[in-house]
This record gives sequence, structure tokens and C-alpha cells, in this order.
Amino acid sequence: MQRRTFVAALGGMVLMSTVASAQDTIKIPNIIELSGGGATVGAMWKNASTMALEEINAKGGILGKKIQFDYIDTGSDPGKARAAIQKALDDKPIAIFGPIYSGSVNATLKLTAEAETPQVIGGEAGNLTAQGSKYIFRTSFGQNVSMPKIATYLANDVKAKTVAVVYQNNDFGKGGRNAIIPELEKRGIKVAADLSTEPGQADFAADVVKVKGANADAIFVYLTEEESARFLIEAKKQGINKPLIGETTLLGQKVIDLAKDAAEGVRGHVGLTVDADIPAVQDFGKRFEARYKIKPDHNGIKGYIALYMIKAAAEKAGKLEPKAIANALRGLTITPAKEPGILIEASWDDTGEIDRISFLAEVKGGKQVISKTLPKLK
Amino acid sequence: MADFIQLVVSGLATGAIYALAAIGFTLLWQTSQTINFAQGEFVMVPAFFALAGMTGMGMPFSLSVLFAITCSLAVLGFAFKYLIVDPLIGQKGTLPLVISTIAVALLLKDGTKEFYSAEGQRFPTLLPDKLIEVLGVRVSLAQIGVLVIAVSVIALLQWFLASTRTGRQMQATAQNPTVARILGISVERMILYAFLINAGLAAIASLLISPIYLAKFSNGEVLGLTAFVAAIVGGFNQVRGAIAGGLLVGVLDNLAAVYVSSRYRLAVPLALLVVIILFRPQGLLGRKEERSV
Repeated sequence: MQRRTFVAALGGMVLMSTVASAQDTIKIPNIIELSGGGATVGAMWKNASTMALEEINAKGGILGKKIQFDYIDTGSDPGKARAAIQKALDDKPIAIFGPIYSGSVNATLKLTAEAETPQVIGGEAGNLTAQGSKYIFRTSFGQNVSMPKIATYLANDVKAKTVAVVYQNNDFGKGGRNAIIPELEKRGIKVAADLSTEPGQADFAADVVKVKGANADAIFVYLTEEESARFLIEAKKQGINKPLIGETTLLGQKVIDLAKDAAEGVRGHVGLTVDADIPAVQDFGKRFEARYKIKPDHNGIKGYIALYMIKAAAEKAGKLEPKAIANALRGLTITPAKEPGILIEASWDDTGEIDRISFLAEVKGGKQVISKTLPKLK
Repeated sequence: MADFIQLVVSGLATGAIYALAAIGFTLLWQTSQTINFAQGEFVMVPAFFALAGMTGMGMPFSLSVLFAITCSLAVLGFAFKYLIVDPLIGQKGTLPLVISTIAVALLLKDGTKEFYSAEGQRFPTLLPDKLIEVLGVRVSLAQIGVLVIAVSVIALLQWFLASTRTGRQMQATAQNPTVARILGISVERMILYAFLINAGLAAIASLLISPIYLAKFSNGEVLGLTAFVAAIVGGFNQVRGAIAGGLLVGVLDNLAAVYVSSRYRLAVPLALLVVIILFRPQGLLGRKEERSV
């Protein structure tokens, strides 16, 4: 009898400790591109968000609760991303992280809006925040913010009258192309060539031949990292001597490492970079590199700040409830003084668009060198 | 005109790589009726063997090239034949084998990603990366080298198949394995040779193309599909067909991007494939196969 009582008591204790542990831990689905074409960006985001998770949990979590990530692979496929988010929402999470690819965000943002759950995204396509969802929040500039800055740079600094636009045939590339062309036209710049390339394309000889034929004053290259490197190598091979201008990806360290001297002189606008002269950002870059043996890119910074965004919003709301967190995040400004993990002061408007400082940069001596810091828009 | 030549030279260099991969399709099909849907991954993996040799074992590049070729012969030749193809071939139709090669493709792709990361890796070039300009056309010596090496390897293979005793035995095995066996040819050994040649060609293609493509786990997706299209366009049952198909697809891809539309560049080789299947199902240089019941 005594033994039976002892076993029952032990079982009860185990059960209670399990329940208590579950109550003390909040799960956040991190639904990102861990395989397929987006595996590189997904790995960056995952590693950086793991760092943020460990830091936050080490300091007691969010409102006293420890956080746990459920990493779910979208396979870089919008259909899989949608299914994963639909399933994740059944558990009523406080927030959803990801996807990073704009096409996958596009396929999922209505689900999180209907569930009134904040979705912290990596996507940069301009149309994502224009669809009326009150529950998506960017971690980086949308193309609707970054492209006007690039167009102004092309008009005022590069003084280009004609520009050849080279973009990638996916949501990311087409979004950038659709955002930059009207901005160029507004500033009186003529689009001399409008060239679509394929994701994963290896041979850019034909594209460079067309760009050369356009004889534009500058070339705007809007491709993902590896394609950017291949384009730059081919451009150097065919002797292109016009300014090559890009946005964030073109000037990333990965592109510089892959393209080597073909990347020298490339210029453009950079939304996020660990080369920025900001100690907190540089410190994050060093810690990331020491741990993962690779320099983080903008996707790493995006993944890192995502959890700090939710932490700041939850603390403002005073509760771990999805709708309250989303309400708190709208119109919120998070400063590094208040939340060091945010790295750079950032604000979110009612549509989830982010505003913060950004940078103009040039590749010099195999490194990205910041030439100018652009202020917040508002 | 200079632009046209530029496009043709560049297309031929890329097409020669497609040809090396496409030959693998025809060799395995001819000798063992195997359609290897992991062929693209077979071209992706050897570059990572070389990188593993350099970064993991501290080998110089030249030694890592030999290491990559040896590993390719062992894994993509021997192991693939004995562990995957032999247990499945001819037992329950071709479907289990086809599905198994798709599984092998996934295993190689995701295994490489887990083992070496999802990042594209810069790969050293075997050839000098110097630019030369002839008649307004700027080509790199590396690009010419890729073309020369690929064409030389293909010529050597053609000579081997046509002019050596072993090559002719392989041809006999491909044409009629039953009669070949009656004539005393070791059919099993000939099939093994085909697998080893395929692995060797894949390794050479990998070492040639990785400095251009960058070494990345997902490279096989595009390569495999393009080489498959090239093999069908040229003729699935003829090595020379695979060569012609590879070169044609490489050049056509470049010309279509400039003279048709860059937006539909991927569609042009596929449209060609449809036309070929409709009007010349055996491929441009393929042989019509009679089948009877």
C-alpha cells in the first residue's frame, strides 16, 4: 500500500513538474527556408535567432516565461509555408516568425491576419505591407522604402540619366523591379534595359551582352547573393566599366567573398550591415562570426532582432497575448538604450513597415565601406 | 557579330558541361537501362569531396582533385551500382529504380547541405583565369580550357568505345547483353565500367563547372534537368547525341536570352524538347529502337 502511494505521489510530481515546465515555456514557430533555394538565408536567420533566444532566456525570458523555437522548414516553397503556418496557428502561438522569402510571406499573411497573430517576416517585397494586414511586421526595409533611396542615389550621386535594370524572376526580384522603375522615371531617369534573370542562373554571358548593348550610364543589379557574384564576375570578364549599383545583397560580404575583385567598386544602399559604424551591431557580428565561423549578413541581423521586437512589444503590452503584442508593436519605437538587442533604433507604423537609419556603401579592398548614413524617414 | 560570337563561345563552354552530364544518362541507360535522376547531384558532389579534402584534411588543391575523383569512383560508381542499382534492377520493373535514384538525389543534396552548409562556396579553378580579347570577343582562358578539356574527354571516350577491345565489349553489352554474354563478354563487368565512367565524367564536369557555378548543394537541380533535356534532344541512346544535345542546349540558352527574351530563356530548351519528342522521338542523332512482344 505504501509503495502504491509512493509511486502515485512520484507520478503526480513528475506530471506537475511537466505541466509547470510547459506553463513556463512559450513556443514560437520559426517557419523559415531551411532547404531549397532559400536555405542560405534560412540558415543565417536561424543561427542568429537562436543567439537571441539564448540571450533572452539567460536573462529570464519574456515576462518571466522562457521561450522555445519550433523551427519548421518551408522548403522555400510558398505552399509548404502556408500549410506550416496554418498548422502552427492551431496552437495559438504568441507570434510567428518567418518566412523570409517574399513569395512565402505573400502566401501566408492572410492566415496570420485572420488569426490576429503577429507575424515577424524577413520578406522585402513592397506589396507585402500594402495588402491590409495589421499583423505583419518587417525586420528590414520593404522595397517601397529602399528603392526610392536607391533612385535618389542614382539621380543625385551617380548622376545617371539612363539605367539598365537587372532583376531576378521571383517575388523578391520582380518586387524590386516594379518598385525601382517608377522611382527612376519620377526622377527623369530613363530605363535603358529591363532584364529578367532566373534564380539559380549560372551563366550570365547573355545578360551582360544585353546590358552592354543598352549602353546605360549605370547598371542596377537586384539579384540574390550567389547570382549577384556570378553576374559581377561575368561583367568584369566582358569589360563593363559603368557603375554597378545595388541594394543590400549586391554589397554583402558573401558576394564580395565569392566575386573577389569583380566586386570592387560596386556601390549602393544597404539597409542592414554588420560593417555599420555602430558598436552594438559590430559586437553582434563578432559574436556571430566567433560562433558560426561566418560573417552574418542582413538576414542574420533580421533573425536576431525578431525576438527582441516581440520582447519589447510584449513588455509594453504587459501580457503574452498575440493581439496585444501586435497592438503594442504598431507605432512602437524601440531604442537600443531600452532594449540593446534591437541593435539600431527602429520604429514600426500601422502597416508593419519598419523605419530606421540606413547606409550608402561601396566595396573597397574586399570590404564593404560605409560612405554615408541616411537618417530615419520620419 | 562580336556579341554573337561571345554568346556562342560562352554557350559552348557551358554546353560542354551539360554534355558530360548528359553522356552519363546515355551510358547508364544503354548498359543497364537505368535512368539516373541523381545525375545532377552526381555532378554537384565531387566538388565537395575536393573541398572536404582541402579544408578538412589540409590537402593541396591538386591532391584534392585526385581525392575527389577517387571518392566519386568509389561512391558514385561502385557504391551506387552495388548498393542501389543491382538490388533493384530488373526485379520489379524500372519504377523502383527510378524512385530510388530520386531518393539518392535528395540524400546527396541534403547530406551535402548538412555536412558542408547551405552557402555557395568559391571553388578554385584548374585553369588560369586570364582574359583574352580576340576580334572584340572577351573570353577567359578558363572558359576555353573548360571547352577544350570537355571536348578532349568526350573524344577520348569516343575513341575508347570505338577502338579498344573493352570499349567494343561495352558497345556489344549495350546493344544486346544476351548475345554479348553468349560470346563470352563479362556483361557485369562492362556494366560496372559504365558506372565508373559515368562517375569519372561527373567528377570532371564538377571540377570544371564549380569555379563558374560556385560549389553549392542545390547545383544539381538545374544541371540534372538540363542534362536530361540535352540527352533526350540529342538522342538518349547515343553518346554522340548527348554531346550534340548538351552543346545545342548551352548555345540555345544564351541566344534565346538575347534574341528571344530573357524572361523565357528556360522555356526555349523545353519547347525544343517538346518539338523533338513530337517529330523525332529518338532525338536528333538517336537511333530508333524497335520493340516487339
